[in-house]
Amino acid sequence: MLDSLSPILLLTLAVSSTALLVAAVIGLPLGAFLALRPVPGKRLIELLIYTGMGLPPVVVGLAVYLLLSRSGPLGALGWLFTPSAMIVAQIIIALPVVIGLTMSAVESVDPALKLQLRALGATPAQVMWTLLGEARLGVLSAIIAAFGSIISEVGAVLLVGGNIEGQTRVLTTAIVLETRKGNFELALALGAVLLSLAFWVNFGMVRLGRRADAPWR
Amino acid sequence: MRRVARSLLAVVLCAGLLSACAPAAAPAQQVLRLATTTSTQDSGLLDALLPLFEQQYNARVDVVAVGTGQALEIGAKGDADVVLVHARAREDKFVSEGDGINRRDVMYNDFVIVGPQADPAGVGGAASAKEAFARIVAASAPFASRGDDSGTYTKEKGIWASAVITPTTDSGWYLSLGQGMGETLLTANEKSAYTLTDRGTWLSMQTKLPNLGLLLGGATVAENQDKSLLNPYGVIPVNPAKHPGVNAELAAKFVEWITAPDIQKLIGEYGQDKYGQPLFYPNAAKP
Repeated sequence: MLDSLSPILLLTLAVSSTALLVAAVIGLPLGAFLALRPVPGKRLIELLIYTGMGLPPVVVGLAVYLLLSRSGPLGALGWLFTPSAMIVAQIIIALPVVIGLTMSAVESVDPALKLQLRALGATPAQVMWTLLGEARLGVLSAIIAAFGSIISEVGAVLLVGGNIEGQTRVLTTAIVLETRKGNFELALALGAVLLSLAFWVNFGMVRLGRRADAPWR
Repeated sequence: MRRVARSLLAVVLCAGLLSACAPAAAPAQQVLRLATTTSTQDSGLLDALLPLFEQQYNARVDVVAVGTGQALEIGAKGDADVVLVHARAREDKFVSEGDGINRRDVMYNDFVIVGPQADPAGVGGAASAKEAFARIVAASAPFASRGDDSGTYTKEKGIWASAVITPTTDSGWYLSLGQGMGETLLTANEKSAYTLTDRGTWLSMQTKLPNLGLLLGGATVAENQDKSLLNPYGVIPVNPAKHPGVNAELAAKFVEWITAPDIQKLIGEYGQDKYGQPLFYPNAAKP
């Protein structure tokens, strides 16, 4: 079991960090945009995004499964039961978290700053970028919350990844497998591995965030 | 402001770097996707056999181990190349609907009834599974049912039907779990419930189930008096005419391989050293 732990660990990191990266690249600007622009139907969009934070992973997994199945609309990609399918599912789970929390973080920045920036002749992109920076701690928590929700998620990756040994087995699906076999000690140990992985990733992110806050220290 | 931008970028880049250390893609080799039941994987049989196939054909076998119902559904969507399952009637339906071709027998084991050592319902004295189920009902003793879409649950429903009993969950003693065999056995162990299990999973998990005993089915498959409890496994390649994406050539090789005499012999020997009896008995007929 131990010699097969490192590919599981690497895949867990690879899938979740890739999904987080994509979700951040899409979600941060989108969240800021929604916070700053008078979008029609904004309350409804907001509500939908907050509801999306509660999406059951297994439902996301099922939808992605049907989408990527060989008899589904995107079957030609051949992504089902590969890490790509797992990344797609985790992006969908992470996106509402990133968008929603970024939106509320940017909204909580003093509105006078936005007016001031406009008056100083900043372009909309510059305004958005500056306000994202002002709200950096909230934005950081958005990213951390999204990471937490996907690294610990099992329903979606089990369904679309298939828990194939050496190919799509990640920590959470390995825990399910060992639990099913009654190997509770091993399952618990894997849970501890997952927790410490999450600890160190969060440690890194928080450190980076703090350094951005006070680089002179 | 610039330093904020830099740090945000760093967070994102950090995530990206982590993703860069993903395991490198395997060299081009053929991949066979096998959808099968949890019993073949959890018993360790596939781990023992598949490396031989992978070596012989320079292929990689991706095993998706789920319940029989889900395995057949994966096959019916063309998402697997071959299925190895145990629910004969549903296998025949799979073939008659054009999703699979050339079904072959591979092996069998049997189902047994396990339950609390004290055996309050007196299942140990029953002559058949049908009678045992009737005794469980008479005693209103707890019964843990898989309650999923598995081959084992299909079998269980068949036994209830033969006893002309329709168990309902509001009766209190019938626990429909919707879980795999391992979880169901663990639950039965905790709740002092009876359950129907395949012998292979029972043997491999017995040490973790101190409160349960084998009550009906005999010590080995050969000693099982109720022949209706036999549990045959079949292998079915997914029909390439209906699902053009499948690797039909490798699937056909797999069927040929797993039904060949030397692999059949290995199946019959698997588990002998650890459990003192085989977990599966080969029964592939000559084509």
